[in-house]
Amino acid sequence: MANDKKLKWIGTRPPRPDGVDKVTGRAKFGADLYVPNMLIGKILRSPHAHARIISIDTSKAEALPGVKAVLTRDDFEDRSSEFVPAGEMMVNYRDIVRNVMAREKALYEGHAVAAVAATSNAIAKRALKLIEVDYEPLPHVIDAVEAMKPDAPLLHDDMFTVGVEPVPTKPSNVAKRIEFAIGDIEAGFAAADVIIEREFDTKPVHQAYIEPHACVGSVSEDGQAELWLTTQGHYVARAHCARLLDMDISKIRVTASEIGGGFGGKTVVYLEPVALGLSRKACQPVKMVMSRDEVFRASGPTSGAHMKIKVGATKDGKITAAEAELIYQAGAFAGSPVQPGAMCAFAPYDLENVKVVGWDVVSNRSKVAAYRAPGAPISEYAAECVIDELAKRLGLDPIEFRLANAAKEGTRTAYGPKFGPIGLVESLEQAKAHPHYQAALGPNQGRGVASGFWFNIGGETCASLIVNEDGTVALTIGTPDIGGSRASLCMMAAEELGIDLDKVRPIIADTASLGYTFLTGGSRATFSSGMATIDAARDVVKQLCERAAKIWEISADAVEWEDGFAKPAGANAGDFKPMSLAEIAAIAGKTGGPVVGHAQINAQGAGPSFGTHLVDVEVDRETGRVTVLRYTVLQDAGKAVHPSYVEGQFQGGAVQGIGWALNEEYIYGANGKLENAGFLDYRIPVASDVPMIDTVIIEVPNPRHPYGVRGIGETPIIPPMAAIANAIENALGIRFTQLPMSPPRVLKAIGEMAAAAE
Amino acid sequence: MIRVVLTGNLRRLVGGASELELEAGTIGQLFRVLGARYPGIAPHLEEGVAVAIDGEIFQDALFEPIPQGAEVHLMPQIAGG
Repeated sequence: MANDKKLKWIGTRPPRPDGVDKVTGRAKFGADLYVPNMLIGKILRSPHAHARIISIDTSKAEALPGVKAVLTRDDFEDRSSEFVPAGEMMVNYRDIVRNVMAREKALYEGHAVAAVAATSNAIAKRALKLIEVDYEPLPHVIDAVEAMKPDAPLLHDDMFTVGVEPVPTKPSNVAKRIEFAIGDIEAGFAAADVIIEREFDTKPVHQAYIEPHACVGSVSEDGQAELWLTTQGHYVARAHCARLLDMDISKIRVTASEIGGGFGGKTVVYLEPVALGLSRKACQPVKMVMSRDEVFRASGPTSGAHMKIKVGATKDGKITAAEAELIYQAGAFAGSPVQPGAMCAFAPYDLENVKVVGWDVVSNRSKVAAYRAPGAPISEYAAECVIDELAKRLGLDPIEFRLANAAKEGTRTAYGPKFGPIGLVESLEQAKAHPHYQAALGPNQGRGVASGFWFNIGGETCASLIVNEDGTVALTIGTPDIGGSRASLCMMAAEELGIDLDKVRPIIADTASLGYTFLTGGSRATFSSGMATIDAARDVVKQLCERAAKIWEISADAVEWEDGFAKPAGANAGDFKPMSLAEIAAIAGKTGGPVVGHAQINAQGAGPSFGTHLVDVEVDRETGRVTVLRYTVLQDAGKAVHPSYVEGQFQGGAVQGIGWALNEEYIYGANGKLENAGFLDYRIPVASDVPMIDTVIIEVPNPRHPYGVRGIGETPIIPPMAAIANAIENALGIRFTQLPMSPPRVLKAIGEMAAAAE
Repeated sequence: MIRVVLTGNLRRLVGGASELELEAGTIGQLFRVLGARYPGIAPHLEEGVAVAIDGEIFQDALFEPIPQGAEVHLMPQIAGG
């Protein structure tokens, strides 16, 4: 591996190439594009949680001066059931077309029912009020457990549960049953001295990216289209829009704006097909921007869930069996992340007997979208709480108990294969040795620990490196930069080429300028675009060596690349003055033309990621407020290309997890309407809510990456909920099994404990 | 020969077998052999499954070689957020 040699750039902390633009306001986000003759698009949304749409009359809206186009279900062709990968799950175009614009029924409050494009925001809003929709309100169901009952309101009369025998003859809200099992679960529990069994509930939580969904779509009279949007994957957005609008892919050129957070929630399309559809009708560009209210009501949070966890162990601390049943809300259409949730639930442990059953259940709320390690934070929260309780029951240190059962290289997972080199044991050992773990605690304070696992992925990825005539280099990649990947990719290019980092300038290419590149998600951008960048750089080096060989009139095999120079490979190759990249570039026009390196790969070998979190909390017994006093993230990064951005991912994941643990939840009224669709009532942590998150980067190299890189962006959100629940239990002696552990819930539990003591 | 191990819902599609012995030199060949022997699994292979060869997970890699004697797991594809 290249990381055996001394590295000049990998592992350093240079300023990010997009930093100045970000802090000066130059960076252009989704809503920042203004083009001539641009219309404003707005969406009319269902006020009902569940209603049949009898009719939609848009005639009055269309007659309003300034309205240029109106769109309804009739403007989107129905699609057959066809599964394609997008984000964390396979998606079905029959469902996507219905989620973009309601068809037979409105399936959740906020479901898009019609759209208008007008010459001003005010006219567009007025036009929405003129659209007459005749609804037949239907009974609704929000909770997944309620939705599974035989008499629950049915969302889809053609949904028959997949994965059960015999095949159901009646439709239900249960889309799918999945199961993973190894060993003999009954024998495993029979061998246990102690068994803990608990039920857990989590609420839907939103990705809460600060930048709302926004786009500008423009279709010309000859059918050529341009789309500008905030997204994690503009190639995926292009594919969806082409399919929904029945357009050739080559006719839609998509440019990704800078992105103000995505966390999985910007891997799907909502506004984009609508903006293009409106523009196609109006022959004018159409800009659409969601309000925060729309973001909460109509874009995907992750699932709420109900879970049963059962774990058994011997009295000397060996886990003998682990079982889980997971019920995940999918939202209005099938496809919750219960599958990865089931695969991850017990992944941090070396277990012989495991059984996990998962249920994917639809209900009347917005369709879930990916959220950092989709599904895993939910199931691992519940599992890690029971693991902690088991350690306590056995009188064992929670880290020692985890170490005694930890997955390591060669451990067989519940979903089948064995792990390669992984860093869980290292994260636990360093957690145990960390000063945080030894620090004294005060009254009403407690300490918690939890571990987490996520797979990480590779996937289709392209990169180009253009050598300019002055020896600078343009790096072209296709993964939108959310967490600093441009800096890391430039560092890998500079490392390979042996040139200064400031000679490499990155751009995120539009879809017409670079080959298909899967989205930024699955913790893949630095890993996969990094591999493509390295391959493209090695292509450049090969060409530079060939040019030098031609100039020196020797064989290309006799030239080697070292520290930015082409050199004769040895004394027998001849005595030539080494040529720098800039010197070769300056005469490239006379020696064969421009030097451009390309790579197009389907990156494989993404190493899985493990981490362990430590947290100290203090509980205010009078208010129920939980304050996070100290927090430490220890995680395997394989190799931290830019440690500051690795630390940033660790910290960001931990803070999102703190919000998930303590405050965030979708609150629905009895009418099925969301009651807290704004940041005042949906409370994410702000800077004053959290301490400085301490980080420890562990580096167990991924053997499949030239520098040992693993994805790191998702794992940090997995352990916080259990770590905080375990810390609260340590402080109060109360085991919370519901999220969020918000002040009212904590205060109620404290009161109940006091009452029981009396 | 390679040893193919199935977990989860895929197991039902091969008649309940948890392990199969097959001849296949690549992931693409494995899919062809499996699809021909168990037609019920073919649509799922087309929609996409991940393949772990001796522990290393591959997705959409039809030409990836499978060494003789390898332990191969079929599992759901993974994406992310």
